[in-house]
Amino acid sequence: MDFNYLTTIIFLPALGAVIIAFIPGLSGRVIRWLSALFTLVPLALSIYLFAIFDRASGAIQFEEKLSWIPAINAHYHLGVDGISLPLVILMALLGFLVVLISWKIDLRPREYFAWLLLLETSILGVFCSLDLLLFFLFWEIEVIPMYFLISIWGTGRKEYSAIKYVIYTLFGSAFMLAGILSLYFATGSLSMVDIAQGGLAMIQSVIPVAAIFWLLLIGFAVKLPVFPLHTWLPDAHTDAPTAVSVVLAGALLKMGGYGMIRVCVSIFPQVAREFALILIVLAVVNILYGAAITLRQTDLKRLIAYSSVSHMGYVLLGIFALGQVSLVGATMQMFSHGIITGLLFAMAGLVMHNSKERDLRKLGGLARQMPVIAVVFSVAGLASLGLPTTSGFAAEFLVFVGSFTSAAVVGIKLWTILGVLGIVITAGYILWMLQRVFYGPPLDKFNKVKDADILERVYMFVFVAVIMGVGIYPAILTDIIKAGVMPVMGLLGG
Amino acid sequence: MLNFELLAPELTLAATAIVVILLDFGVKRKWWLAAVSIIGLAVAAGFTIAMWGGSTALFNNMLAVDSFALFFKLLFLVIAALVILASADYVAKFRRFQGEYYALVLLSALGMMLMAATSELISIYLALELTSISLYVLVGFLKDPKSTEASLKYLLLGAVASAVLLFGMALVFGFTGQTQLGDIAAAIQGMSLAGVLASPGLIAGMVLMVAGFGFKIAAVPFHMWVPDVYEGAPTPITAYLSVASKAAGFAVILRVFYSAFGLPTWLSLDWGLLFAILAAVGMTLGNIIALTQTNIKRMLGYSSIAQAGYLMVGLATVGFASAGDIAGRSGLLFFLASYALTNLGAFIAIIAISNKLDSDLIQDYSGMARRAPVLALALTLCLISLIGMPPAAGFMAKFYIFSGAVQHGLLWLVIIAVINSVISAYYYLRVVKVMWMGKPASRSKVPSSMALRAALAISCLGVLALGLVPGFVMKLAEMAAQMFAF
Repeated sequence: MDFNYLTTIIFLPALGAVIIAFIPGLSGRVIRWLSALFTLVPLALSIYLFAIFDRASGAIQFEEKLSWIPAINAHYHLGVDGISLPLVILMALLGFLVVLISWKIDLRPREYFAWLLLLETSILGVFCSLDLLLFFLFWEIEVIPMYFLISIWGTGRKEYSAIKYVIYTLFGSAFMLAGILSLYFATGSLSMVDIAQGGLAMIQSVIPVAAIFWLLLIGFAVKLPVFPLHTWLPDAHTDAPTAVSVVLAGALLKMGGYGMIRVCVSIFPQVAREFALILIVLAVVNILYGAAITLRQTDLKRLIAYSSVSHMGYVLLGIFALGQVSLVGATMQMFSHGIITGLLFAMAGLVMHNSKERDLRKLGGLARQMPVIAVVFSVAGLASLGLPTTSGFAAEFLVFVGSFTSAAVVGIKLWTILGVLGIVITAGYILWMLQRVFYGPPLDKFNKVKDADILERVYMFVFVAVIMGVGIYPAILTDIIKAGVMPVMGLLGG
Repeated sequence: MLNFELLAPELTLAATAIVVILLDFGVKRKWWLAAVSIIGLAVAAGFTIAMWGGSTALFNNMLAVDSFALFFKLLFLVIAALVILASADYVAKFRRFQGEYYALVLLSALGMMLMAATSELISIYLALELTSISLYVLVGFLKDPKSTEASLKYLLLGAVASAVLLFGMALVFGFTGQTQLGDIAAAIQGMSLAGVLASPGLIAGMVLMVAGFGFKIAAVPFHMWVPDVYEGAPTPITAYLSVASKAAGFAVILRVFYSAFGLPTWLSLDWGLLFAILAAVGMTLGNIIALTQTNIKRMLGYSSIAQAGYLMVGLATVGFASAGDIAGRSGLLFFLASYALTNLGAFIAIIAISNKLDSDLIQDYSGMARRAPVLALALTLCLISLIGMPPAAGFMAKFYIFSGAVQHGLLWLVIIAVINSVISAYYYLRVVKVMWMGKPASRSKVPSSMALRAALAISCLGVLALGLVPGFVMKLAEMAAQMFAF
């Protein structure tokens, strides 16, 4: 039998978490090194998978399938295709980097790293599951580590934000569970692949198909987040510790977008087409409203959090434009936003940590004290506003071109043009933020503020290398994403 | 012909109870009593497992020995064993009557085992009374004002419920002329639709029986006793009440309504709808009132009312399903098993913590994660399971029971139920929050005995096992749901 790559990748962090949690007497130093080890190996394995992945094939690869609960026909079914593999790599990469970012945590490190590793396992599991029950299981497990991470290691109104996050997520997944149950009843199967291939012909039920679609969509929309279900996000981000913000923005939000492609669009292509316009309008609202509200923010982390709302609007637009290029763009945007916003949050965390200040009105002139951070923060900012040669440009360009040319939805051109306006506002708030933090006259109170140390420079370099690498040679990802999108297009009949 | 060997588990239990009382006179070291009780339970469980798969009737069809009954017997034996393990320290506080305590736990377990097996109205009533009277005494065992009040309240309300139940049974007997469930079913099916409609007493009898049993399972609006009794009773007995007594109630309801009133279809749709409404009201009310509780035992009391609501979703499904369809029944059985382990786990952790704190207020659990990390972790797992989140058993149980409900057109009820789960997350997580984020009131560790640790380990491993690899127990539940002697 072949080596079970995916199981190994998913469960190594969990194994690390168990070891850290239950072996007594480990010092903080040992815990950090163990965490780094248990995230580095999955990263290496996922890159290896990327290397041996059959790039031309749109089929599911590295499949593992075991009977799990015969009574309800549930399987332990894992696999990756061109859509999920980039997200697996994204999470594995962020999983390793956040351990480095958290290196200086000394409050209850044992619990902290155990929860962080468990979080990685659950997100990786979501991206690899091909069985709806397994998918939902991983989807829900993620809530528990997040709750603890925000409410113990956060700042400000951390307990309020944590419980708000939990209630919103559970609210969404309650509808998702109802949707999965309806789908299971209608088809008798929990396999995403079988249901998608069987198409609507398999669905024989008194429950309207459109109702199942919306039940599932609400679950994903809370996570993405889609206006008006987004209000948990700024609170959670603002009060979460830096590393958790990185995972939250970098990989967790993508669970929503991934779910929409994998479940909503692949299983209900006709329904998706029917309701695409509504979702595209919501996407444009997300982009413009998110961007407008970002402009007004005075808290560094809150600003980046709201910018995520806006950027996730691009993903929603790309998905429900239902064109091949737009879907590639949406997936690409998920990857690229994960890296870029991860870096933005990491940099914001460094600025806050080193200067002890997060209010934009009180920051200023830091480029003199922290030149390295200023440069890297600016690179991330420019990538976020879509400067060519960064991954942000490639992704957003594909989303807009794909949406504009998509034939699947009537009137999409107008909405796409409105969406493009978001880029202008993005340029506004990003540049204004950089200006307020780094430029202007240097302030005396920041004279003793330090720049990044060697460890921080290492992970900054990795982030920037990925952003530039993908920006200069986007085909490294678009090839396999395109192959992964082809079967979805087949289902859409386009 | 009397096959007494089919009563082996019950006879073993009765004998063990007597031995324990007698032993109490002789031995100085009282842990012997617990040990003997556990051995008795284990032997009874051995007999029960040996009988698995058969399906026979005893005493002119008064008792059924079918997989359904055996499933519940096994469940009650496991619960009783865990409760006794968890009581070992707690009981040491009593200077006298330790033998009686264990004997009463065993006798009530015996009553519950009979409840799951009886298929005749009068023996159902007798089994129910055997269980109830043992429990009335156990609730008052602490002899302080709260415990005494709880016991009296339980006794008075329980007596009313029994009277209502008996009246319902009398009406059903009056209109069908039968007390055996199979014969009642035959009598009802023999009546024409007009005949049934012309005898409103029959329907009234059914409704009164729902009320009588509703008391046992703590269904709204028959739940008034729950918070006070849960708060006043000795904590191991609260745990016992919340899982075993409830499970026995569901076993009886399932057998009576499925066997006697399962056909014609319009009749089962009627009581299915009745249970659906009770379920919706029960879970909503239980969860909303639980939000404001400050005492953890009271909070779990209201939570158990809400859980009864989820369980009644299964009953409603049985009403809506066609006769051969096991979806609702097997879901209900699996949910009961998972709920039993979960709630027991939670209460065992609470027993350990309150032994040290001498308080059941949630605020006193502050910082418990520092003082007793393992207990806090176990309690967190059980609370997560009560919310219905993976990887705990509660998630699979909800998934299984709700999937049956969706199959039979109860999507509206499932949506109410899942939204209720979200509401419940708030108060369960409040306890988690206090334990992990609060400041510890003192630095002293919270000790726990080996017996408690063993009981806690068994229930927590069970919760995880049912949550991650539920296949085996689901299979058992399905077999049990299929094998009805009547």
